[in-house]
Amino acid sequence: MNEAASSLLSGHAFLAGFPPEAVELVADQAELVSFRPGALLFREGSPADVAYLVTTGHVAIEIHAPSRGPLVIETIGAGHVVGLSWAAPPFRYQFDARAIDHVEAVAVDTASLRVALAENPVLGFLFLDRLTAVMLERLQATRIRLLDLYGATDAR
Amino acid sequence: MLAETVSHVDPTGSLVPAPYVVVGRREEAADVVTLSLEPVQGSSPTFRHGQFNMVTSFGRGEIAVSMSSAPGAPGPMEHSIRRVGAVSAGLCAAPVGSLVGIRGPFGSSWGTDEVEDGADVVVMAGGIGLAPLRGAVRDLVARQQCGRGRVFVLAGSRSPDQILFHEELQAWERAGVHVGVSVDVGAPGWVGVVGVVTALLPGAPFEASGALALLCGPEIMMRFGGRALVDRGVDARRVRVSLERNMQCGIGLCGHCQLGPLLVCRDGPVVRYGGLADELFMERNR
Repeated sequence: MNEAASSLLSGHAFLAGFPPEAVELVADQAELVSFRPGALLFREGSPADVAYLVTTGHVAIEIHAPSRGPLVIETIGAGHVVGLSWAAPPFRYQFDARAIDHVEAVAVDTASLRVALAENPVLGFLFLDRLTAVMLERLQATRIRLLDLYGATDAR
Repeated sequence: MLAETVSHVDPTGSLVPAPYVVVGRREEAADVVTLSLEPVQGSSPTFRHGQFNMVTSFGRGEIAVSMSSAPGAPGPMEHSIRRVGAVSAGLCAAPVGSLVGIRGPFGSSWGTDEVEDGADVVVMAGGIGLAPLRGAVRDLVARQQCGRGRVFVLAGSRSPDQILFHEELQAWERAGVHVGVSVDVGAPGWVGVVGVVTALLPGAPFEASGALALLCGPEIMMRFGGRALVDRGVDARRVRVSLERNMQCGIGLCGHCQLGPLLVCRDGPVVRYGGLADELFMERNR
């Protein structure tokens, strides 16, 4: 077991409340990584075989538009997970992920994790449940931003 | 113990606007201007954080605008105004030396002078909502520097060029205040947070127990912000929001600003979230 990863994972908000065997399962597929400001964690279209549980710093989720350059869609900070595309087909990243500042994270080999979870449906449900909560939170936040709350509404 | 309800200042403001001269004008963002105002006669009235004046653009009309300066601070009283309609556009265009009308101050206050020593104060603002909190934050920064309790400022904006009081936010940060800024839509060169203002909460290390939270911004933002603060552990009755309605008389007579049992100009604009605003926010057809 990766002791350093296990220690970080047991205190990470994404795995809060998980039983020790679930944390160990993730730690078995994990390694510690760091990124310099501006470095890419992953690129749109590439296989989504790693998820990053951020422990330090901020990651920008971006998409590149011709003549406009990279457009930041959302910022993900410590305690959150970057790279949710491993959870469902076609298992490809839909956006770029770039370190804004110095980023430290636990990188989880999600290709291996998927196999392990398929063999253990109880833990598999636990992960699915947590991923659903994260995706729901991001969907709701995106909907609020679509409202353009700070746009002009008053006529006076 | 913090008073459960914020007391009100006796609404003795006249129904006739007093003339004030514009002594300063500053563009804060593309559609926001801060006017510095001094009375033509006498001195500016005393007011409290969160209160508002009815400000007249002569020949156009009158709107409610909260003070964006701190009570008792040296210098002229300030109002930060967003250009959204004929009256606000007239005020935003008022040149230095011109006259505007002022009635007030009206309404309830943030009550920051009642917060206990040692308690953290969380300020969450969206868009122009930072203006009615700016004076309070200035005094809360001074409170923090005296070791009487920390202040956390979380500000959401539409885009980087719409961030209000940018230099002041940086100054507060340099003074040791936790300042978080998020934008809904990023821009080239923006390396800050892109997301809803509540996304700033996990990174704000305040002690929720005993904390006072002050929210001002679009009502939907205050609904979600209030819930997120309560989820974080802040007592809902120690969360305060600033309501915005069609204030006209300013003294609770005309009824234009009625919201459920409240006349917002008299009973607000600052009201308790828990057990009051949280329920009013959920009412339909109002």
